[in-house]
Amino acid sequence: MSILLPDFGLLFWMLVAFGIVFFILAKYGFPAITSMIDERKRFIDESLKSAREANERIANIKAEGEAILNAAREEQAKILREAAATREQLIKEAREKAEDEGNKMLQEAKRLIEQEKEEALCEIRNSVAELSLSIAEKILRKELSSDEAQQSYANKMVDEAVAQKADKK
Amino acid sequence: MRLLHYILIFLLSVAPMRLSAAGGSASFDATKTIFDHLKDSYEWHITTIGGKHVTIPLPVILYSEREGWAIFSSEVFHHTDSHRGFSIAQEGAAEGKIVEQDDNGQWVRPLLDISITKNVLAIFLNALLLVVLVLFTARWYKRHGCHDGAPRGFVGAMEMLITMIVDDVIKPNVGKQATRFTPYLLTVFFFILLSNLMGLLPIFPGGANVTGNIAVTLGLALCTFLAVNVFGNKEYWREILWPDVPLWLKLPVPLMPFIELVGIIVKPFALTVRLFANIFAGHTALLVFVCLVFITAAVNKYLGSAMTIVSVMFSVFMNILELLVAFIQAFVFTMLSAVFIGLAHPVHHGEKDSE
Repeated sequence: MSILLPDFGLLFWMLVAFGIVFFILAKYGFPAITSMIDERKRFIDESLKSAREANERIANIKAEGEAILNAAREEQAKILREAAATREQLIKEAREKAEDEGNKMLQEAKRLIEQEKEEALCEIRNSVAELSLSIAEKILRKELSSDEAQQSYANKMVDEAVAQKADKK
Repeated sequence: MRLLHYILIFLLSVAPMRLSAAGGSASFDATKTIFDHLKDSYEWHITTIGGKHVTIPLPVILYSEREGWAIFSSEVFHHTDSHRGFSIAQEGAAEGKIVEQDDNGQWVRPLLDISITKNVLAIFLNALLLVVLVLFTARWYKRHGCHDGAPRGFVGAMEMLITMIVDDVIKPNVGKQATRFTPYLLTVFFFILLSNLMGLLPIFPGGANVTGNIAVTLGLALCTFLAVNVFGNKEYWREILWPDVPLWLKLPVPLMPFIELVGIIVKPFALTVRLFANIFAGHTALLVFVCLVFITAAVNKYLGSAMTIVSVMFSVFMNILELLVAFIQAFVFTMLSAVFIGLAHPVHHGEKDSE
């Protein structure tokens, strides 16, 4: 069975050829390829890592922005609420003031009216007194135009006075 | 379409056999045909056109006590049976090999026969192709930085194979020393893969039964043997010569060291035979399917014609299977080499599992 017996010549050339191939490839072929593949692997890993970090940073920034936005929105709501309250307050105050003023003016008017009324009444009273005096004068003058009448009147007066004195006693 | 081309080429390549079968002896000797195709030879027979053999004559390099160095072309055996006392043995243990007559008139092999045979030329061609392909790939990496992204096309395919072997075979099996042995294991893998694939090509640059030859696989196994034992560390040798077993197993009679030493020899032997047997069997099966046509044709013309279809179908199937085997055997050889190298670098007093 020559097929199962290794032929020396072939073995010799095989070792020579394989040795040369191995030498060339081990020197110029495979190390260049494998080192480069490793390098690329490292580069890819690093890139992935930095990408993940960048993503995280972006997410952080986003969250931060959102927080800022929320705060701003709250602030805005607060300011609006305050403004509304202030407005209400102002309106309320103004209304109160206006009411007070109105009341005051009304009272003043009432007072003036009262005063005027009083004055008018006083005047009327005076004029009525004067009038009645003059009327009485006129009536008296007319009634006491005769002496008799005057005498009777005087008497009457005395009587009255005496009566009064007596009553007093 | 490519497959069709392939089948056509295949059929063309088997055409000479048909011619010789038809023109030569009436009965077709399948065994001889198959073995002639599997065996190494001093010339590369490509095809036969119109009864004319197209062969590549190869140099014969001999050294014998009688003649000294003898270098001549194998073409001389076309014209004459004997050249300077050398002739090709037609029978016996050295059948097909060059022999010479010694002083007693016995036909013996010359002292040294390092002729460039068909397989040697095929090895050279494969080696050249491998160097060109790998250096072509390496050139891409030298010209591009790691920022240029991954390569495409052929270089990408090479990278895929290299990455697979490095990450799945070398790193897990060899361990810490992985980078040191990576070039060797990659060279082994690609050498075997390329030789296997070239062996499947039916015509000239391919077709030689390189990895199906025991001398070639022995050569590869010897390289692994050296890689394992030359670079094995102290712990490895201690575990072989003075393993952690009861004293009586190693003192009066060094039983365990002996078994361990046998293990050292068995490993490359297993590598040799596994690769050789797989590829040899594949080539044999392919040739048998092709020969099926001629065997049946010798019996009946019509049966032979009908058998062509079956034969081609089986051959296509076998070729596809052999493509798979070509890869698997290269992978297995590399993996086992990696495992053996890894075992030669035990870290501490671990469990012994060298076999």
